[in-house]
Amino acid sequence: MPRTENDIAIVGYAQSPMLRRSEHTETEMMLPTVQGALKMAGLTKDDIGFTVSGSCDYLSGQAFSFVSNVDAYGAWPPINESHVEMDGAWAMYEAFVRLLQGDIDTAVAAGVGKNSNSDAATLYTIEVDPYYLTPLGADPQSLAALQYRALLDSGKATERDVAELVARNRASAKGNVHAQVSGDFDVDELLAADYVRNPLRRHDLPPTTDGCAAVVLARGKKAYELCERPVWITGIDHRIEPHLPTLRQDLTSSISTKLAADGAGAGNGPIEVAEVYAPFSFQELIVTEALGLGADTAVNPSGGALAANPVMVTGLIRVIEAAKQIMENGKSRTLAHATSGPCLQQNLVTILEGDA
Amino acid sequence: MSHQPVAIVGIGQTHHKKRRGDVSIAGLVREAAQRALEDANMDWGDIDAVVLGKAPDLFEGVMKPEMYLADALGAVNKPMFRVHTAGSVGGSTGIVGSHLVGAGRHKRVLSVAFEKQSEGNAQFALGGGKSGSIGAGGAFAPFIRAYIRRSGAPEDIGWQVAVKDRQNGAKNPYAHLKLADITIEKVKESPMMWDPLHFLESCPSSDGACAVVFTDEDGGKAASKPPAWVLATAMKSEPSTFAGRDAVSPQGAHDCSAEIYKAVGVTNPREQIDCAELYVPFSWYEPMWLEAHDIAAPGEGWKMTDSGATALDGDFPVNMSGGVLSSNPIGASGLLRFAEAALQVRGQAGDHQVGGAKLALAQAYGANAQFFAMWAVGSSLDPLGS
Repeated sequence: MPRTENDIAIVGYAQSPMLRRSEHTETEMMLPTVQGALKMAGLTKDDIGFTVSGSCDYLSGQAFSFVSNVDAYGAWPPINESHVEMDGAWAMYEAFVRLLQGDIDTAVAAGVGKNSNSDAATLYTIEVDPYYLTPLGADPQSLAALQYRALLDSGKATERDVAELVARNRASAKGNVHAQVSGDFDVDELLAADYVRNPLRRHDLPPTTDGCAAVVLARGKKAYELCERPVWITGIDHRIEPHLPTLRQDLTSSISTKLAADGAGAGNGPIEVAEVYAPFSFQELIVTEALGLGADTAVNPSGGALAANPVMVTGLIRVIEAAKQIMENGKSRTLAHATSGPCLQQNLVTILEGDA
Repeated sequence: MSHQPVAIVGIGQTHHKKRRGDVSIAGLVREAAQRALEDANMDWGDIDAVVLGKAPDLFEGVMKPEMYLADALGAVNKPMFRVHTAGSVGGSTGIVGSHLVGAGRHKRVLSVAFEKQSEGNAQFALGGGKSGSIGAGGAFAPFIRAYIRRSGAPEDIGWQVAVKDRQNGAKNPYAHLKLADITIEKVKESPMMWDPLHFLESCPSSDGACAVVFTDEDGGKAASKPPAWVLATAMKSEPSTFAGRDAVSPQGAHDCSAEIYKAVGVTNPREQIDCAELYVPFSWYEPMWLEAHDIAAPGEGWKMTDSGATALDGDFPVNMSGGVLSSNPIGASGLLRFAEAALQVRGQAGDHQVGGAKLALAQAYGANAQFFAMWAVGSSLDPLGS
């Protein structure tokens, strides 16, 4: 398909080491990562038309935490810059929309998350409705356990199905240099483990990760100037659902994922590889069903969020892993999914394509 | 820029108060959004996407509140986006919303910005969530002292701004502070907060929200009330501090307005722009921004204030709404500036209307006076007739 000046591609990317605890600040994690993505595209900071990052004050443990992160971009002379309190995948969405304004032709989007600063089970109780859910101490694990129970009760999956999924992801992660958790695991041994929140076991939970990722986007002809095989973003959309899990139509399906996939044109062709962000193991089944993926699509060859989960970054990492499949692994059409909020409340789908 | 024209067809805001105990956070944002939809003659179902902006989540103690606010803002099954660029965030929220229409992603977008400061401790959060906060006034007072020394401005300039903005605010039914009987003497005699800033030269801490509905050219032309057209947008950031940075007249501020003027064809801002809403949380920022945005020459900004040029009936009215000095729900304050500029060119600013305003400027800034967001809006797509 001929590309136009309104077509936007990924032309560079980088990930930081994914660690249980980094002694670096967010800014220090970002600097080499942003530099790495720029270097891959053969650019320097002065070539960039727009910069946007995604991070979360509560994760880093202070208000205005992103302010010092502009230092990672070398914001002098002053730069065109924005910030979202969302996963870096949504930062990339803002960069995509900004490029469509047509006055600039390059952009950087990054995500950074210092998850080791906090206790997730305590912290995330304030990510939910402050009047009705926070006072209950409704942490993501408890809400995910309810969703998992609904999935089991629906008959769509068994605990063994989910344990097999975990074993597959951890085995896949052996080939991922950024994986924090990987290896060969016996399904029966996994099933013998105690529950953390019934029916969730420890291996159903993602690791706690500090990390950063960045992508460089280019528009139209510029993409070919910078990259031998640009990864075109041929579709991108995101949707949100009711906040209270009790108001969802069906916790075992993900309507917002399906709407986003439809909006991104996921069904317009075969998908060779899908990288999905399922923070809790069983959610991969819900997401892949909503995406309409069949047996011919390889899911999470990177090991997914079970291998590394730097919240605010994990969604952008899925985009990078799906882009890698095209730029480095000869694939031609892949999908990346990102999520946010309790029980998969908000979902983003990106369709990536290489030239034939 | 090759993007499509963007029209503002709906504007709404809450009555801003020290404490809106009558509504939840959801109730607060919905009140502003409902007014914007009514102004646009639209219903919730007409909106394709929602953009939410607010300053740090630590202000209310709710992490990523857009998740919880999706239902109240009618975003279910739609895209919901969350912007956070410090004090400039309200402006950025408007800009990101306008870009979604300009890029052709959506036909109708709702941008909402809020802060419900009574639910938390803003002073604590303004200090980065650490103890011993000097707050925003403490951070900006040294820049203000440097401006006074540099410009040789007389000490009553700040008092004049404080009086003028509160008198404007008294004409705005939504303003938090309504101090119609304020005088220079009262400002001067109010307690000293951060030298040279007195209590009455400082912004209040408010609960409030603002909402704006954007649509495309066809939607703008079909609107039941006159639209405002978004003529140019810009966002600039620079580092918090380094040797050689001019914190009094930051390069990012100059660059931001220069980009706007170029896009709109403005060569003489004071002559060609009819009025401006500038983010003035502390009185002295009026002359400082007039200079940093090249509306006045260096050292001349305070003379515009002193001569009455920035009054509602002056030749370059500033902060007709009463500005941040009259209402300051921090995350919404930027969008309130942007919305007031649009109200002016729509001719719908009521008692604080500048007669015949065709081209208006709005600005918001954040953090250590290092993040800038700005737009210019017009009563037509070519208000200068160029």
